[in-house]
Amino acid sequence: MNLVEAVNSALREEMERDDRVMVLGEDVGRAGGVFRATEGLQKLFGEDRVVDTPLAESGIVGTAIGLALFGMRPVAEIQFMGFIYPAFDQIISHAGRMRNRSRGRFSVPLVIRAPYGGGIHAPEHHSESTEAIFAHTPGIKVVIPSNPYDAKGLLISAIRDPDPVVFLEPKRLYRAIKAEVPDGDYEVPIGNAAVAREGEQVTLIAWGSMVPIASDAADALAEEGIDVELIDVRTVTPLDSETIIESVKKTGRVVVVHEAPKTCGFGAEIIAMINERAFLSLSAPPQRVTGFDIVFPLLKSEHLYLPSVERISAAVRRVMEF
Amino acid sequence: MNDLFKEFDPLKDKMLRILDENGILNEQLAPALPDGKVPDFLRWMLLARAADQKALNLQRQGRMGTYASLLGQEAIQLGSAAAMGADDWFFPSYRELLVCIYRGLPLSNVYLYWMGNEIGSRIPEGVNMFPFSVPVGSQILHAVGAAWAAKLQKRKIVVAVYFGDGATSEGDFHEGLNFAGVLRAPVVFICQNNQYAISVPLRRQTAAATIAQKAVAYGFEGIRVDGNDVFACYAATKAAFDKARAGGGPTLIEAVTYRLGAHTTSDDPLRYRDDSEVEQWRASDPLTRLEKYLRARQLINDNFVAEAKAEADARVEQAVTEAEAVEPPAPPDLFQYMFKEMPASLKEQLASLTELFPLKENKRG
Ligand SMILES: Cc1ncc(C[n+]2csc(CCOP(=O)(O)OP(=O)(O)O)c2C)c(N)n1
Repeated sequence: MNLVEAVNSALREEMERDDRVMVLGEDVGRAGGVFRATEGLQKLFGEDRVVDTPLAESGIVGTAIGLALFGMRPVAEIQFMGFIYPAFDQIISHAGRMRNRSRGRFSVPLVIRAPYGGGIHAPEHHSESTEAIFAHTPGIKVVIPSNPYDAKGLLISAIRDPDPVVFLEPKRLYRAIKAEVPDGDYEVPIGNAAVAREGEQVTLIAWGSMVPIASDAADALAEEGIDVELIDVRTVTPLDSETIIESVKKTGRVVVVHEAPKTCGFGAEIIAMINERAFLSLSAPPQRVTGFDIVFPLLKSEHLYLPSVERISAAVRRVMEF
Repeated sequence: MNDLFKEFDPLKDKMLRILDENGILNEQLAPALPDGKVPDFLRWMLLARAADQKALNLQRQGRMGTYASLLGQEAIQLGSAAAMGADDWFFPSYRELLVCIYRGLPLSNVYLYWMGNEIGSRIPEGVNMFPFSVPVGSQILHAVGAAWAAKLQKRKIVVAVYFGDGATSEGDFHEGLNFAGVLRAPVVFICQNNQYAISVPLRRQTAAATIAQKAVAYGFEGIRVDGNDVFACYAATKAAFDKARAGGGPTLIEAVTYRLGAHTTSDDPLRYRDDSEVEQWRASDPLTRLEKYLRARQLINDNFVAEAKAEADARVEQAVTEAEAVEPPAPPDLFQYMFKEMPASLKEQLASLTELFPLKENKRG
């Protein structure tokens, strides 16, 4: 199945298993979500568990916090990540703080799902990747799958997680790749990166929609005789630094790829962490291949913005030749 | 003027309608419009319809990105636009093609924007509008701020803002109306209630009987108008503008209309509404209604309609040709408008991009 079907399958199975799980958001019911991620769920579970809400992101997340506090397991959909900002206040001011504020008495077991990223020729405000803002928010977990198998397993884990999780879905991959996805229960644990490809010479680090591009770059570089190890971060926060450090110690060279703007992007955090923990293993300064510090352009120009195989390969060559 | 708002108090379950579905005009309520102006209204509406259809075709042919149609909403767009004064300003959402072109935005700009060409986003000097606003409802506050500024500056202008029924669920709507009421800002809120926010019908947006009545809670007048009746739309907007200009503060206009097409080209309305509902509303098509009236008055004939359509088609083709002749922006264009002066960090990023795409840059010299 493809990634969007995997999301659907995780939601359906968790709703079957646990009747506290409910889905709410804009157009998730009747229409089945603008990307069809919640297709068919309202028919199966009814209008009380798959809820078409008013068009109000702060309303969706704020009430979901209340639902979660009172024992429900809400999965809120924000239609596009670019529209999550009205809800940001609720996420940063409340979802991420409730456990701490109540000294552990209350928690917010909430999942906020949102499609993110560009590459599908969407209109303005539909292509942003701002995972770093959420990664910077204490008390929130940020999960970004890159393939159907992980999407299902990670979403199941997120729903069962006792804390708030922002679950970002790479929309350009929704239908781009098919993979074997088991029916039924399995978890991909939150907080574990995956070594998507083993290699000896350079560590390429990516997440979400950048993983297939990085993987293509690794293929291309292999033809030039460069042996790339590719790490799929999967969980941005909490970050699996072990897997990354282990790889860097082996290869001594690092390139981080993300779609988000460069400045204060999550790549900076990863490189800082590597500098703190594995500085002496480095044979070259770590590099970033990222979007630019500009507003995500309209569709005719998005190819100029998005990291490409060429840009990634050039950066890898740079660290190899250093 | 304010009588209109007293007379059509939304709390009394009233809706302003002047031209009925058979094209019969209520003379008592009819706004003062010279006979010669009304055929022009039809001309504009026919142009919008042709432009809209063309955009849908272009999208299907892959020559345009996602597009949001205004089909069925021509009367409120034209009626409200025609009621604005020359110096007044407006903030659109993304569906106001007709308001934009009536107020002077070249159609080719609208096309360029939806084609995904940044160059279309520049609004020419002298056109009193702000850019399209995609995050639903967010432009409402800007309009209130702009109207507030106009009041502080003692400028005799009014600011209008357009949004849909879905937008009335957002916090920004409520904050905007509240500020406007408190400040008595010269702003006119124009809600195009086309019954759906993507798939979600009005009854899932609000438990209130009308949107217009929400104005009451914020301390000013609201009015519900038949949004497919260009005369009612014109009359209510004109009254609201006159009131605001005279220092009477804000008004909320709820134009009751219907989105005959899909939400955007990415949406499939068959999933959430019946064709029979669409057919019912089709009978209330604002163009048919106006045409019936004009014909009955003998203000137009077959010739007029045929000529207006031909002229509309020609203008549309011309706009497409112009839009398609514009090269997509080169890398520097994408970086140039982040700040007045490009900081060194952006210059560096731009340089790294132009290394990869040198051709594009050369083309522009
Ligand atoms: C803040 C925000 N949330 C979600 C969206 C996605 N979206 C685009 S249009 C739309 C429905 C808007 O409905 P309405 O306000 O009634 O206006 P209409 O499109 O019907 O004219 C939605 C949910 C958005 N653009 N902005």
